[in-house]
Amino acid sequence: MNNFLKILHFELINVLKSKWIIFYGLSFFFITEAIFRLGGSGSKAIVSLLNLSLILIPIISIIFGTIYVYNSREFIELLLTQPIKRSQVYFGLYLGLTFPLSISYLIGIMIPFLIHGIAEPIVLTSLLLSGIFNTFIFTGIAIVIALKFDDKSIGIGVALLFWFFFSIIYDGLVMMLIWQFGDYPLEIPLILSSILNPLDLGRVMVMLKFDLAALMGYTGAIFEKFFGETIGIVISLIMMSIWVIFPFFYGLKIFKTKNF
Amino acid sequence: MIEVKNLFKSFGKNLVLNNINIKIDQSKITIIAGPNSSGKTTLIKSILGLVNIDKGDIFVNEENNRNSTIYREKIGYMPQIGRYPDNQSIRDVLDMIKDLRGIKQIDKEDELISIFGLEEHITKKMSTLSGGTRQKVSAVLALMFEPDILILDEPTTGLDPVSASKIKEIIIEEKNKGKTVIIISHIMSEVEELADKLIFLLDGEIKFQNTVIKILEQTNEKSLEKAIAKLISLNKL
Repeated sequence: MNNFLKILHFELINVLKSKWIIFYGLSFFFITEAIFRLGGSGSKAIVSLLNLSLILIPIISIIFGTIYVYNSREFIELLLTQPIKRSQVYFGLYLGLTFPLSISYLIGIMIPFLIHGIAEPIVLTSLLLSGIFNTFIFTGIAIVIALKFDDKSIGIGVALLFWFFFSIIYDGLVMMLIWQFGDYPLEIPLILSSILNPLDLGRVMVMLKFDLAALMGYTGAIFEKFFGETIGIVISLIMMSIWVIFPFFYGLKIFKTKNF
Repeated sequence: MIEVKNLFKSFGKNLVLNNINIKIDQSKITIIAGPNSSGKTTLIKSILGLVNIDKGDIFVNEENNRNSTIYREKIGYMPQIGRYPDNQSIRDVLDMIKDLRGIKQIDKEDELISIFGLEEHITKKMSTLSGGTRQKVSAVLALMFEPDILILDEPTTGLDPVSASKIKEIIIEEKNKGKTVIIISHIMSEVEELADKLIFLLDGEIKFQNTVIKILEQTNEKSLEKAIAKLISLNKL
């Protein structure tokens, strides 16, 4: 077996044994189950889940990822003293974190849907896809942060700041833009603003699958008007992929030259 | 044998290793000593490839360590702090490192586990083990593949006196088998007991390197501690 697969196997088992991951999956399970029991139908349940996923996935991925890398530092050092390439250790670490987080999320959400029945399979698929994308994006950012800052407390602070920026400050900045420049055509700046925020992209990706413009929010509606459903989804998929790829390769570059 | 030639390393503006030239011979115990922040750990991490050097070359058994990772098969490394994944047992970690090196069974493993009294802890989670027990795991990992080169960063720190004495016995045995041994140590009695050669680092530079006997002769002192103090003060003049 390739060394990368061996490390991935070990990391997977290690992360899956963590109580955090189990708690994370159970949270999604109970939240989804509660939404169903409180009378949410298929599409309503998905909208509620989307809003919760957009808060929970980034914060858990970025904080769990950052802490995990800091706690693994001495073990990473030990791995790097073995006859293995640095890139193999990095791939193992990255996928060892992103796989369990994604699987935990998928299982947590899918079980209640399988029990209660899937009314909107395409919308559900886009919700799950958007969640997985955000898991990869924020875990990638977490690894970059933990590699960039040697001080754990600073790293966790920066991770929280990233989450706070994309989840809260960013929307505030967009609102300010709309308020300040309301007299000008703002379609293109607003589309650019949603492309530059992975959480907006995640929301747009799911909302484009609904025929409810009112639920899409301002940027979502503009997105649909500007691109139409299919191109909108393709663009959001491409942008989400870029958001995955950039932190991944940037992290790899740091990892390859880092002084441990 | 390990040869370090014209090695320079800085972290930002801070020059940590300044033109280091050393030869570490086979069948000898070489101890690297020096005050905190003198560059000892950076030097051994450079040899291991954990630190990317700015200038210079490091040859491990005549192979330049920039060119490959295979040379690390010949090295057993015991870090200063042994920290392992919290959710894994000692067994899991040992098996994983064996798996990475493509080795299924090694006789030395059980022997070392028994020497360090790790049998009763072997299936316990790492998070439940004390620092000293984790340090013993590091010792087993460094020694179990019977490598040609041993690099040990303060190996007795955190170990109980019995285990510390056992590891010193093993180090001497390994040296007698023809292994190259490098140890970082602050403990002067340990240096006197083990060292064939002493390399003393200060502010990233080698202040002196010689056999312990020659250092004592040169300074006309009976204790190594006083001899080192004398050499440092002579160097400052």
